[in-house]
Amino acid sequence: MSAQTIARARGRGGRGLVTGVTWLVAVLFVFPLLWMVITAFKQEADAYTDPPRVIFSPTLTQLAGVLERGFVPYLANSAFTTVVSTVFVLLLAVPAAYALSIAAVPGTPNVLGFFLSTKMLPVVAAIIPLYVISQNLALLDNVWILVILYTAMNLPLAVWMMRSFFLEMPREVIEAARVDGAGLAVMLYRVILPVVAPGIAATALICVIFSWTEFFYSVNLTAAQAGTVPVFLVGFITSEGLYWAQLSAAALLASLPVMIVGWIAQNHLVRGLSMGAVK
Amino acid sequence: MTSTLSGPSAGAAQVVGRPAGSRGGGGSVWRRRLPLLPALVFTIAVTQVPFVVTVFYSFQSWNLVRPGSRHFVWLRNYLDVFADSQFRTAMLNTVVLTVVCVLVALLLGLGLALLLDRSFPGRGVVRTLLITPFLILPAAGALLWKTTMFDPTFGLLNFVLEPFGAGEVDWLSEFPLASVMAQVIWQWTPFMMLLVLAGLQSQSREVLEAAQVDGAGRWRTFVSITLPQLSRYLQLAVLLGAIYIVNSFDAIFLMTQGGPGIASTNLPYYIYQRAFEGFDVGQSSAMGVIVVAITLVVATFALRLMFRAFDISDGGK
Repeated sequence: MSAQTIARARGRGGRGLVTGVTWLVAVLFVFPLLWMVITAFKQEADAYTDPPRVIFSPTLTQLAGVLERGFVPYLANSAFTTVVSTVFVLLLAVPAAYALSIAAVPGTPNVLGFFLSTKMLPVVAAIIPLYVISQNLALLDNVWILVILYTAMNLPLAVWMMRSFFLEMPREVIEAARVDGAGLAVMLYRVILPVVAPGIAATALICVIFSWTEFFYSVNLTAAQAGTVPVFLVGFITSEGLYWAQLSAAALLASLPVMIVGWIAQNHLVRGLSMGAVK
Repeated sequence: MTSTLSGPSAGAAQVVGRPAGSRGGGGSVWRRRLPLLPALVFTIAVTQVPFVVTVFYSFQSWNLVRPGSRHFVWLRNYLDVFADSQFRTAMLNTVVLTVVCVLVALLLGLGLALLLDRSFPGRGVVRTLLITPFLILPAAGALLWKTTMFDPTFGLLNFVLEPFGAGEVDWLSEFPLASVMAQVIWQWTPFMMLLVLAGLQSQSREVLEAAQVDGAGRWRTFVSITLPQLSRYLQLAVLLGAIYIVNSFDAIFLMTQGGPGIASTNLPYYIYQRAFEGFDVGQSSAMGVIVVAITLVVATFALRLMFRAFDISDGGK
């Protein structure tokens, strides 16, 4: 065996080792989630055992039980607030980002700084007035209060992201359209939007994830009527004792929609989070 | 606060090279501002108005369980807050939680991203697995860690540690803050990993190959080429991670209720308790204002960093 072959074999072995380690780390890392999925199909008696039980006869009782506990209205509220607020965010953020990039207005850095600074305000500092205001407007425990707040919550990030995507546009395209005398509306909808569509998808995905998982506003401003899935989950800690298997089933069902969307749109997720910095 | 950020070139933030003269005439400037206004007005209305009301409340003695007690006390609430040792503990916990979680999640994310930045069998599956903790509801994650991971009798953590001589540790009451941090880190590591991965994938291959040709080792290449190229992504990761983690509420609310005592109480949770359990509107509003003031000082610094990273003052990239 020549020295070269040995080196190559060792290199291959090293790479195999790193791959093995990567797999091991990944499985360990998601183990709490795998365990959640397993527990969701257990009977309660199988859920708490010492040592933990891996072999059991799977059942759909828990998933059915979650639906019986009135999960669906919460799911509907989450879906409504997430979708409507994401649409609102895009309607507001796309023109704003246009005005902050392609047709940059004077004072752009100040405006961008203002948007980001609102994200840094601790939400808890405004919760009391928000509670009082929504009570006076009869919006307490109403899905629209969440739609408004989620729109405000995601808008700054969306403006920043969309701006980054706009900046990537080739200037020649815009110049050509401008020379042809295209007005703002035509320019946005015919020329710019098709080019930044992937950026819009990435931004929408981030908004969906943050709206779906939002906890603080929904727990404090909604209850049985307008509660979203996190509010449903909180019901488990207040009920006497914890039903692990049913809790796992509820956690799985509550997370599944966003999990699936995120898995499918992974590349958009990367682009969105890095604010379009990846080409 | 944002005025500190406006450089001399603030007005020159034009990306498309229009002749500067066409900016004259107030009408055209306002027409260009028009697409921005809805977003700006909405954001001001929804985020600034409640805060102004918070400031107003913070000057009042107002406890909901004592009806008719509402009156102005001006700075009294603020003096009480500064004298409150629990507030200081909550503040310290917030700092520890944020700094430790951001740094550990960033380091783990960096490590995972480096492992993923190679081609190997099942790479897509591994990436999918690794991003999933970011996609589940934090509320679900917190309850799962509280039950299946940290439970003293039936928890997986004690089961795994048992062969190493650990007894039945009650993680949430013996190490409350560390337990909460473990869950938060687990939740945010995928976020950091995705950002670093984006940075790694945007590196130029030529530079890396050139370094190898020049005989630079792996470590040398990483430190002197990869890390500097990543810096923009790392800054973004730290900034966004810190914004969200400093506001951590779900994990504490669901796992420890801030306890035992106030051992795992952070500022958001403490203010929430004073408002919704103590019904002390005046006090909790004053705390909110103080937290905002501190945050703005830190944020001004962070925004500067962000603006440097994104090179915004000269109007784009």
